[in-house]
Order: sequence, then C-alpha cells, then structure tokens
Amino acid sequence: MTPEIAAIRFGFGLPAAAGGPGEMLDRLTGRDSGAATFPGAGLADIRADWRAASAARDGVRAGSTSRTDYRAAVRLVQAGAARAVQVDLARAVAAEDGFRDRLVRFWADHFTTESRFLVDAALPAALVEDAIRPHVAGRFSDMLQAATLHPAMLIYLDQVRSVGPASAFGRRRGLGLNENLARELMELHTVGVGAGYRQADIRAAAEVLAGLRADAEAGVRFDGDWAEPGPATVMGRVYSTDNLRAIKDLLGDLATHEDTARHISRKLAVHFVADDPPADLVAAMADAWGRWGNLPAVCRAMLEHPAAAAPPGAKVRQPFDFMAAALRALAVPAEAVLSLGRGRARRAFILPLRAMGQEPFRPGGPDGWEEEAGAWINPQGLAARISWAMAAPAGFGPLPDPRDLLARALGPHADDRLAWAVAAAESRAEGVGLVLSSPAFNRR
Amino acid sequence: MPTRRLFLQSLGLGACSAAAHPLLLSVTLAASPTLGENRLVVVILRGAMDGMDLLRPVGDPMWRHWRPGLAADDGLPLDGMFALHPDLAALMPLWQAGSLAFVPATSTPYRDKRSHFDGQDMLEAGTGMDVGPGAVRDGWLNRMLQAVPGLQGETAFALGRDAQPLLDGGFPARLWTPDVALDLSAQGRLLLDHIYHDDPLFREAGTQAMELAELGIPEDDGMAGATPGRLRDIDPLVDFAAGRLREATRIAAFSLSGWDTHRAQASAIRQGLQRLTRLVTRMEAQLGPDIWGRTMLLAVTEFGRTVAENGSGGTDHGTGSALLAAGGAVKGGIHGGWPGLEEAALYDRRDLMPLTDLRDWTAGALEGLFGLDRALLEGRVFPGLSMTAAARLLR
Repeated sequence: MTPEIAAIRFGFGLPAAAGGPGEMLDRLTGRDSGAATFPGAGLADIRADWRAASAARDGVRAGSTSRTDYRAAVRLVQAGAARAVQVDLARAVAAEDGFRDRLVRFWADHFTTESRFLVDAALPAALVEDAIRPHVAGRFSDMLQAATLHPAMLIYLDQVRSVGPASAFGRRRGLGLNENLARELMELHTVGVGAGYRQADIRAAAEVLAGLRADAEAGVRFDGDWAEPGPATVMGRVYSTDNLRAIKDLLGDLATHEDTARHISRKLAVHFVADDPPADLVAAMADAWGRWGNLPAVCRAMLEHPAAAAPPGAKVRQPFDFMAAALRALAVPAEAVLSLGRGRARRAFILPLRAMGQEPFRPGGPDGWEEEAGAWINPQGLAARISWAMAAPAGFGPLPDPRDLLARALGPHADDRLAWAVAAAESRAEGVGLVLSSPAFNRR
Repeated sequence: MPTRRLFLQSLGLGACSAAAHPLLLSVTLAASPTLGENRLVVVILRGAMDGMDLLRPVGDPMWRHWRPGLAADDGLPLDGMFALHPDLAALMPLWQAGSLAFVPATSTPYRDKRSHFDGQDMLEAGTGMDVGPGAVRDGWLNRMLQAVPGLQGETAFALGRDAQPLLDGGFPARLWTPDVALDLSAQGRLLLDHIYHDDPLFREAGTQAMELAELGIPEDDGMAGATPGRLRDIDPLVDFAAGRLREATRIAAFSLSGWDTHRAQASAIRQGLQRLTRLVTRMEAQLGPDIWGRTMLLAVTEFGRTVAENGSGGTDHGTGSALLAAGGAVKGGIHGGWPGLEEAALYDRRDLMPLTDLRDWTAGALEGLFGLDRALLEGRVFPGLSMTAAARLLR
C-alpha cells in the first residue's frame, strides 16, 4: 500500500504521511496528538452547563426561572455542540495520517446518539470524547461498555424511561420496560440483526438493563428500586438483574460473541474498503478479534490485506470527510478552522454539511449514516458539494493555483481529463472548485 | 429551518429510527401515458405506526385491558367496533361519503426481529420473508414502472432530503431539495460535464442537479400562515405533487416519519396523525372532485406496535397494524377482519395478529387502478405473492 493510497483510503486524503501499514499502526497505537493539541469536551467538561440548562428547563416548568435565562443556558450547551464540529475538523486537518480520526468517526457512527431535547445538545459529542476516542486503539469490550453506559446513549435510546414492571418503583407507579436500547444493543451495536436472538432475548436484556438511570444531576447509576426481579436469560446465558455487574457481564458476553466479531469486521471493511468487501478480508479481521475485540489487531488485518492496497475509488467520501480533505488539500491551518466565530463556522461548515446530507450529530436514526455512494452522490448532495467547492475555499485565504492544488490533492491519482479541465477553468475559484468537485477527489 | 426542527425535538419525538429524522417528508412522482386515468398516492408511515391507536377497536373488550392509558378516550365512532383517533376528525366527511377504508390487522410478511430498518426495506422492496430483508434493493414501485411499457425517460423524481428507496432501482429517479442553489458559469458547467463524463454516478447526479436547478420548485403559496407551524411544511410538497397529479403524473409516494412512539404515545403520535390528516384533506382539495374521484391514497407502515402499553406510556415494536385508504376510487368501510385481542389470539402473545398480507392490498390496487396483469404483479412487482380476490379496496 503506497502512502498516497493509505492517506486516501484510511485518512482524510493527501498530503500523505510517510510509510505503510506498519507506520500507520504505530501512529494509531502511539500518542493521540489530536486530542492533546485540540481538546474536546467530554461529560466532565459539559456537566456544569448540562446541569444548569436542565435545571433552567425544570425551573421554567415550575415558574421559577425566566425563559430568557433558560434560553441563555440552552445557547451555552448548543455552542458546545457546534464547537465540537470545529474541533473535529481541526483534528482531521492537522492529523499526520488521519486514521485515528477516521476510526473515531466510524465508531461514533456505530454508537450513534442524537439529542432530542435542547438541554442535551452537547451530549452526543461528549459520548464520542469519553467513550469512543480513548478506545479506538484498545478493546471493543471497553468501548461498548463506555458507550452503552454513557448518559447520551441511555437518554437517546429511552433507557432512562425503562423500569422493571415488577420493581418497587414500577409497581408503585404502574411503569414498565422500554425495549429500545436492548434492541439496538443487539441489532446494531453487537451481534447484528442476522444473529440468532429472538424477541424473548431482547425482553430479557431489557430486564437486565432496567435498573439503569441517568440524569444531569446525579449522572449514571444503578437503582435497585427500578430493577426487575431476576434472573433473566439472554441468548442462553443467565444474568441477575439487581446490579451493575450483571449489566457489564451481559455487555462483555455480547462483545466477545463470534457474531459480533463478524458483524463489526464486516462493517469496518464496508466502511473503509468496499461496499461489498472480499470475504477473506472480513474473515481475517474477524480472526484477529481475539477475546475482547482487539481493535489494533483487527485494523492490522485490514491494512495488511491486499484489498487495502487496491487503487482507490470504490467508496465515496462522506460530506464531513470531503470537507476535511478539502481543507487539508487547501492547506488551511487547523487554527484557522478553530478560530472561526460561531456564525461564520455555521455558514462555512455546518449549513453546507447539512445541504450535503450530513448535518453533524443528526444522522436521523441509531443506524447512523449510509455507506452506499448513491446515498451521497445524488443531485442535491452533489450540487451542495459543488456549491461549497466553488465558493467556500476563497473564505479561508488566497486561492492556490488550481494546477498546484490538483497535484497536492490527488498526486499520482489525478487523471488527464481532470488536469485538462482544471487548466481550462476561467477563474481560480472555478479551477479550485473543479478539483474539489471531481470524482477522483470525492471518491476514496 | 433550525428553529422548527429543534422545536420538534423538544416535543420528544421518538429517536429509534428514521422516525426521528428531522426531514420528515418526501414525495416521489411517476408518470406514464400507459397507466390510464387513475391515480395512486402511497404514504409510507416510517417508524411503525400504531394501527390500534389510529383505528381504535373500542368494541373489543380487551382493548381497555391492554391499554389503560391510551384507551382514555373512545375517539370518533365509525361502527359498533371501531373508532377513529380524535386527531383524524377531519376525515369523518370522507367516511360518511364512503371514501375512507381501513384494514385493521395487516402486515408485510416481515416477522419476529421487528427491526425498523429491515421492516422498511421489506415494505418498500415488496418481497416475502423467503427473500431476506435487504437482499432486494429496489422498491416494488420501481419494479412496476420498469415492467410497464411505454414510459418516458424522465418521469419520476423525489423531493426532500430523505432518500426514498421505493423508487430506487433501474428506473431514473431523482432526489432534490429545494434549498440548494447551484450557480455556475457556462464554462464551469461545461467543464463539470467533462470531468463527470467517465463516472456514471457523478455524470447522472450532476446532469440532473443542473437540470433541476433550472426547473425550480414552487414557493410557499402564502396560505401557510393560517396553519400550525409544524404542519406547514407538508403543504408545498402536497401542492406540488397534486399539481403533477392533475397533469401526467399517476403515482405519488410520500414518506412521513414520526411514528416510533416508544413513550408518551398519547401526545407523541398526535403530530403524525395530524400531518397524515392534513396530507389527505389537502390532497383532496388540491386535486379537485374529478381527479380525487379517480384517486386512491394508501397509507402503510413497516409493522405495528405491541398490543399492550409499555412502561412509559408508549408501545414497542410489534407486528400487525392498520392500513388506511382514502379517495373517490376507494370502497369505504372496514376490510379484512379482526383477530381479537385475547392473549391467545395475539401473534407471539404480544402483537396484533396480521390476518392479511399488506402486499395483497397494494397489488389489488395496482391491478384495479392501472389494469396491471396479475402474472406481472405476482412475478415481478411482488415476487412470491399469491393475490386473493378478497383483498380489494376499489369501488
């Protein structure tokens, strides 16, 4: 695999970092300079704002807080969410090879959350900081546990509304289970919909999870008053239902299940290599899974497979990745991305991403973003990419010579047809726009 | 419009699928001179619509038992057995005119896993369980259009950011959002054509983007001010589709999300019902009596919800649900039978038992409205379906 192919397929495009799969893996298992240089906001950072906004909402309901104060508190958490997009772009632009950040995006999508209430707006980004980023070069089982037990997930998939019907609280208030998290945990996050679980397993998993609670004031905790009396049998294994340990055991068993290894290996291969990946690639990755989901080993199996070294172009860059690759090719400094004010960042990044079909933190469902090229390259999505490519680069500084940009952005992967068109453009802006609108630049 | 979107979220819509998608509506249109004069409007209710709340089986003694909270209101009586949800009150004149029909307990052949994503795939693919979910990528509507001879090349397109697999496949379909501008110099456009020339995906999307940018989309007609904001976004799309249906278009397919009512269903389902009601009544008004008289509107969902309320005043994923049909071409009434709500009568002892195959009703509509051949419907449009004479909703 050439450094250019590695950068295009596994990173945010050129310029490429030196070396092959070995160097890429060394950087992945080494220090996370992106997090160190451009700190994000985890739960600990947003906790005070989240708590204040939640309290303000309750205050408005009780008549003790003014709407003005509530709106100010909400604006603060929303600013945190918008800021996360700039941080993500800055990290992608500054990254040596971008593989870590691409993996973060993959896993953030795998464990998709959205905020349904204004006061929770900063939670999805916090889940990525807390539960995804620290584990992309670690164990899947750790990531699964951190993501499942994060307030963003417990709120998004209604776990906070699920109460054991025979629990003390459930009996007193006539409440019961909500299966949403239990279902997606199995269908999407671990064994996959093709696995051999049944409705009764989902019900039982919901019973194991019933004691979980989460809110801004007290965080995540297990409440025995909410727990369904056990035990419960999930996919042939018996769990108690009255403690957090049993929930972690369930998550551990799901993480080590062979269906999980296959499901996730295939999903990674589909995301990075091809919509229909070679069977031996998926098998090699699943074999590397190990007991707890050894993610660097799975990544190594992917990077070292011959399919990883094939000429790029089988996949289409998703809008965020397209934008990050463009900023990288244009040599926009990460600091410039980060220092844009909120209004400008909204016009430069967030609204165009929405027009391209990928509004940040709004994938539209727990199954996350689409993988197929046709989901992104449709008339409106492509029109939005072209519009941004033609107009936005001028906002980041003097435009480069389009021919130089072509060489920098695509290197040996620029084709003659594109080189001819770029040279024939009637303005710098259109020449730059053509490079960034080209099939070669939008594929990977 | 970010404010509206965030307002919707603060109402607590379900988050469990496309149901939470901020872009709640899209429409697909298709025209052909060979389809005749009748019209079909399909409304896909994404997120698993609770048929037992839309069409309440108030005459079933077990209804109150399973749904103590959701049964607080009897709704608007239709016959001794069923009543309409109060938010569908505007449809009562259609019922009285014999232009409103329901199938209370029906379903696609999808069973057991109760995944929205697989269920919607199967609903739109129109296949049976012998063909696994996701294995057939193109939708039944698309297969029908490919099978009908004499189609013009560019007769279908979709609006809205929500992808519409119903029309995926070999037939030319287009996706467009009214709010993306594409402003290029003539030279820039030629050069784009040049660089897209060798890549079919980019060539097709790029050409259509430039054509649609010139075609334009109708603006809000100014009547929207009189309606609640959350319903307003339906109107331009319905009006646009109705305008096309008055002309050469014969099929329109809408996608309406917001049905995944895992909690607080009594309030969470209301917006979906109000939007559906508005879609039906506005479509009737915009089409006018002549066209409406030749129209069937068919609202279908991927599967139903649990018969019993869950612990949070909502319902979880189930199996059987209701189908709604409206229009001058429709034979009003309740069709297809009722399985009862005794525990032993439920599917898996938890869900409403589907008595009929949803595809049968749809295939019957295509046969009756457009004269499509049964062998073609059973062989190519809905592979594996055996059509029955009973599943007919046409006058």
